[in-house]
Amino acid sequence: MKTMSVMEAIREAMSIRMREDPNVLLFGEDVGKFGGCFGVSAGMFDEFGPERVRDTPISEGAIIGAATGSAATGLRPIAEIMMDDFITVAMDQLVNNAAFMHYMFGGKIELPMVVRTVNGAGVNAAAQHSKSMEAWLTHVPGLKVVYPSTPQDCLGLLLASIDDNNPVVFFEHKIAYGEKGEVSSFDPIPLGKGDIKKEGSDVTIIAYGYQVFRALKAAEQLEKEGISAEVLDPRTLYPLDKDLIAESVGKTHNVVITSEEFKRGSYAGEISAFVAEEMFDSLDAPCRRVCALNTPVPFSAVLENAFIPQTEDIVNAVKAQRE
Amino acid sequence: MDVTKEQMRHMYRTMVRIRKFESNAQNDFANGKIPGFLHLYLGEEAIATGVCENLNKDDFITSTHRGHGHIIAKGGDMKYMMAELYGKSTGYCKGKGGSMHIADRDLGILGANGIVGAGQDIAVGAGLSCKYRKTQQVCACFFGDGSTNQGTFHEALNMASIWKLPVIFVCENNHFGISMSQSRHQAIKDIADRAAAYGIPGVAVDGNDAMAVYEAANEAIARARKGQGPTLIECKTWRWRGHFEGDPAIYKDPKEQEEWVAREPVKRFREFLEENGVMTADEMDKVDAEVDQEIKDAVQFAEESPLPKPEDVGKDVYTDFDEEVRVR
Ligand SMILES: Cc1ncc(C[n+]2csc(CCOP(=O)(O)OP(=O)(O)O)c2C)c(N)n1
Ligand SMILES: [Mg+2]
Repeated sequence: MKTMSVMEAIREAMSIRMREDPNVLLFGEDVGKFGGCFGVSAGMFDEFGPERVRDTPISEGAIIGAATGSAATGLRPIAEIMMDDFITVAMDQLVNNAAFMHYMFGGKIELPMVVRTVNGAGVNAAAQHSKSMEAWLTHVPGLKVVYPSTPQDCLGLLLASIDDNNPVVFFEHKIAYGEKGEVSSFDPIPLGKGDIKKEGSDVTIIAYGYQVFRALKAAEQLEKEGISAEVLDPRTLYPLDKDLIAESVGKTHNVVITSEEFKRGSYAGEISAFVAEEMFDSLDAPCRRVCALNTPVPFSAVLENAFIPQTEDIVNAVKAQRE
Repeated sequence: MDVTKEQMRHMYRTMVRIRKFESNAQNDFANGKIPGFLHLYLGEEAIATGVCENLNKDDFITSTHRGHGHIIAKGGDMKYMMAELYGKSTGYCKGKGGSMHIADRDLGILGANGIVGAGQDIAVGAGLSCKYRKTQQVCACFFGDGSTNQGTFHEALNMASIWKLPVIFVCENNHFGISMSQSRHQAIKDIADRAAAYGIPGVAVDGNDAMAVYEAANEAIARARKGQGPTLIECKTWRWRGHFEGDPAIYKDPKEQEEWVAREPVKRFREFLEENGVMTADEMDKVDAEVDQEIKDAVQFAEESPLPKPEDVGKDVYTDFDEEVRVR
């Protein structure tokens, strides 16, 4: 048992696999001696050297393309895109190529690659450095999408992502990096398995990424008001753990989904649609979504706080659903 | 060269404004008054100054994450810039953009930009518009050495060259993209050489010499206005600070840093102006004092300005309606 931050857990997962398998390597902008823009790979350059922890030029298209090409030819690359916001620059490589190759080529090529990238608002970084665009990627057949919350989940799911033979996009939230927690297992956690972060009987709050921490606070507050909330963290967005959701909804009969995405076209909407389509009879009320606003992420703290789906917004949604 | 003494005096004032604005921002960031990411232009003042002195008010510029200098040189008002850095409703972007997104359409400033390389393509569009509308306007496009490894750089130079657009591509080679030194991020020394690949002129100049930058830009802009197409100007310089405030920049060689700081642009320009009888030391000191006051006024304006209201978050997404906001 060890206490670790989210950032340390991610670093640990990469290091574990790099120690075991010389074909695993990490590349991205400033991931080398500098240790990455947020410090995630700090120290890894010293341990693994410049061949395996490689700085790239500012060329996101080439970063993802190189991950694809090297994965197709025997390596297991981990490519870091400094922020999710910059993944747009590399969208062709990720969507038209990495995601579809296995299918287009009739299953002839496997791409064991991980794209790690950073999401999230809350640091006054404005519209081009703060958004959460997981829905762009969950939309694409051929990609697996992982967005864990706790240090234990980050460690186990990153190990499984590196072990996976499909392209995996692995999201990290910049505010969550400092969250600490106990890590007791150094084994992979299978992709597609959710986890109940807190048990409850009146409502299921489905949350992932940093929203898990906000949802847990909301659940605590609701508890005081006599509402028992279950917090369900799918951890992997695709494949989604539908069984766990069905089990929880069968018990609580109410669902609130929260994510930091723009609400329109969000993955939260996808989860909501799935619950409505497949579990309608279990529901006491329509699903509610607590997402960010449909605006670009604003700079000033007053505006950014209004943009972000906060703990109190989750509390309010749960209460409104019961009225 | 047709530079007048008045222009040179104006250039001095511009450089001092940038220097003092940035020094103040550095302190305000350290004191927690400015949130978010702050990328300072200290040490690079001569480039924006030398280029923009050649531009008219209705010419365009595209800028970068390190944009304060470009905006001041293009005539931006430091009051509104300061207020924006403070996240106030009176700022250039009403507190929505912050340091990385300052824009002023009335001054032809098509925005600082947080996406490395994005401004290069936007400049092509501005150039197309100038040419199509036959206005004699031009667009100066500022970008860093690191951004010349993005596809946008190559796509923009190519498109601007085949369409002979009035775009001046100004590369600020401060020798780093975050921690990556130029020698590690590309296998060439002179970025100006890349112009050859697109059949356009490429020149490399000392970016810490305001007059050298002025001259190169003067020629490029004259070409552009005559319909002879784009030019790539590489200005060699050095960023004094870390990539953003808070970056200790341990990847820099202290000796190189010292050498570049010794070639610092404001002091050099002062010496030039004095030697050539353009301004006396006293006159320049007076400018310095006036700019100090401007900065104080700008800070006061920013401090006294109101914060945005939470409900403003839904405004400006579209031109014709407001987005829904959350009532808490
Ligand atoms: C598309 C994209 N990739 C990466 C970044 C992160 N980033 C911001 S500035 C920067 C370095 C830019 O270097 P350069 O172009 O030389 O400009 P300088 O900072 O030196 O002025 C990087 C990598 C970004 N903002 N956008
Ligand atoms: Mg640079």
